[in-house]
Amino acid sequence: MQRTNGKLLEIKDLHKWFELRKFGFIRIGFVRAVDGVTFDLGPKEALAFVGESGCGKSTLARTVLGLHQPTKGEVIFQGRALHKLGRWYRSQVGYVQQDPYGALPPFMTVQRILEEPLIINRVARTRAERLARVTEVLEEVRLTPVRDFLGKFPHMLSGGQQQRVVIARATVLRPKLIVADEPVSMLDASVRVEILKLLRELQEAHELGVIYITHDLSTIRYFSERIFVMYAAKFVEKAGVRELIHNPLHPYTQALLEAIPDPDPKNAETYKDVPPGEPPSLINPPEGCRFHPRCSRMIEGLCDVQVPPEFEPQPGHYVACWLYRDGEVPAADN
Amino acid sequence: MRAIIAGFKELTRYKSAMFGLFIIGLLVAISIYTVIAIPYSEAIRLWRGGEEIWREYPRNALPSWVNIFPGVNLPKTMILSTTEVEKQVQPLGGGTTNIRAVLTFDYSSNTFPKELALRFTATYQAKEPFVDVLWITPDGREFRLDTESISHEEWVLISQDTTLRRRLGNQPPEVGLFADPENPDRPLQGTYQLVLDGYVFEEGSDLDARLIIYGRVHGWAGTDDQRRDLMVALLWGTPIALAFGLFGALVTSVTSLIIAAVGVWYARWVDAAIQRITEVRMILPTLPILIMIGTFYSRSIWLMLGAIIVLSIFGSAIKTNRAMFLQMREAPYIEAARSYGASNLRIVFRYLIPKAIPLLIPSFVIMIPSLVFLEASLAFIGLGDPVLPTWGKVLQNASSGGALYKGYYYWVLEPAFLLMLTGVGFTAVGFALDRIFNPRLREI
Repeated sequence: MQRTNGKLLEIKDLHKWFELRKFGFIRIGFVRAVDGVTFDLGPKEALAFVGESGCGKSTLARTVLGLHQPTKGEVIFQGRALHKLGRWYRSQVGYVQQDPYGALPPFMTVQRILEEPLIINRVARTRAERLARVTEVLEEVRLTPVRDFLGKFPHMLSGGQQQRVVIARATVLRPKLIVADEPVSMLDASVRVEILKLLRELQEAHELGVIYITHDLSTIRYFSERIFVMYAAKFVEKAGVRELIHNPLHPYTQALLEAIPDPDPKNAETYKDVPPGEPPSLINPPEGCRFHPRCSRMIEGLCDVQVPPEFEPQPGHYVACWLYRDGEVPAADN
Repeated sequence: MRAIIAGFKELTRYKSAMFGLFIIGLLVAISIYTVIAIPYSEAIRLWRGGEEIWREYPRNALPSWVNIFPGVNLPKTMILSTTEVEKQVQPLGGGTTNIRAVLTFDYSSNTFPKELALRFTATYQAKEPFVDVLWITPDGREFRLDTESISHEEWVLISQDTTLRRRLGNQPPEVGLFADPENPDRPLQGTYQLVLDGYVFEEGSDLDARLIIYGRVHGWAGTDDQRRDLMVALLWGTPIALAFGLFGALVTSVTSLIIAAVGVWYARWVDAAIQRITEVRMILPTLPILIMIGTFYSRSIWLMLGAIIVLSIFGSAIKTNRAMFLQMREAPYIEAARSYGASNLRIVFRYLIPKAIPLLIPSFVIMIPSLVFLEASLAFIGLGDPVLPTWGKVLQNASSGGALYKGYYYWVLEPAFLLMLTGVGFTAVGFALDRIFNPRLREI
């Protein structure tokens, strides 16, 4: 191994800004989809990003995958910068997308779909080798008997089966890292758990690092060790799963957890406190803390002026909120 | 690939498509037959041959199937030769020999023949033979036609014999010689005789004659004003039209599909360049460019096809294909392909184009007849291939020969019918394919 200091992936101050142009050449601004994100991921570690739609989760995922060039900052994989890795990196990451039907080319058979990454990355040279590898991954994702699935086209499969094929494709190159962008949000509730369990099993079996992106906190506990909460292109809170769910610190995280629907008959009579307003525009984000216009505990003259740095009120629990500027959890009004 | 095969199988559900396929099959069968039965060089020889080949064919004859209509009884061409009858050879002494032959034929049509001609062939050393011709009608009247000396080959155009015309009461000979005295508007039906009395003046000298009674109908297609059998052009027009249409449509659709996909995928200046070229090309009119090429450079059909292909590649097809690819480019499976390292070319040829091919098929099929029509139009305005017989050239000949003015409708209708048949056949199939392939494509 190279000088990996034990980390699989390090993200340093990553920015991804998309230019907005008028008439095709006059620059009128940027969409700051990812705006200063830092984290790292150990091998075999599963990590979850949570956030509203449009907060930049998917852009972050694509930048990590190398599908977008970062505007600023670095993606370091096993101690080497992404832009120096070239094609080799392609065989080291797997990508699981949200819409399983859209993610599979409709004119290819399952076998062809799974062989494509092998052919492109020149992994299994002969037909027999490729078939052996394809059979192996299909067995892993439990599409058995494999023979029945090889010749099928995506439209002949159910949503869950399609997502299994997508997962099989993401793991067929035996990558070190899987990026799963809302892998279950388009599936039936009954299938979700199966797919998440499958991902978990694969992670354990192949010692994969996993980045799991979701807007649905309820699916996280199946899976990841740490949760990063993202709001308006930045992380606002980073903590272990238990810690975050039982002790959310950032006002936004608290609101997010409140909003999880709970199948409890008592809820029929109560309303939940959802923060007012809309997520901010990423073209002109608010000054200071980006959550302050919607925050019920906003501190005048601080939150709307200065960007909060990351505080660590409890070990391993980071939060970007001025409420914790003393480095500890204020006892008051919670 | 399987989707395409399945789509074609579905065609059987459409009656119009089956009808179209039948027509296309027929045209293909005609093409195969033609290419085998009349080889290319033979077709050129026949079509460009002129007088020597077509002299014994009637001028502007109708197709012979018009006789199946009630009351129509037009004569076919009859050719009688002295080589088929017994010649009476009688030496007269002094080297002179009398050769006498009688050509007998039944005339049963109720219309006069188109023309009459005699063709003599003689073998001699120095002294030309001499011949005396007597025409005997069924009712026994006799007309002395001509008395003249014969060179090695001599055509006697009885129809243009002005002396005879005057003797027959200023009637064309082909009318006067056949007319019924009691009913001068109708030919007398019965057995006619032509008595040839030849005199040769050398030992071993011989004399033969062919009587050609030109009919008013000929073959399946009739003849044109140069006596050429139109069947040659109509038959050979079929493989040429199909090859022109198929090849042109195939090259144009595939190339514009690839160019549009490349433009969409590489975007930026590649796309911009392709779009600007297309826009400039679209405001340039095709026909004047083709007329210029035809006038100043060459009228070869294949060069014209090349010009048409180049001009229609950068046409509206690029725009429609681009719209389709722009939509497909955003598909998650394209992003997935990039994530596992598919190269740009691989994405274009393996991920973008295969999805577009089903959409391409109906427009490809519908494009075939439009190219066939374009070729006919070019031929009609005088830019047809100088050598090949095509439907368009038949139309052009008909137009310049005043076919409609003179009432030779068959001359125009036959190539027009074949053109329309091609159009109907391909369009019926194309529209059915459109109905089969397009609903599925609306999902993308």
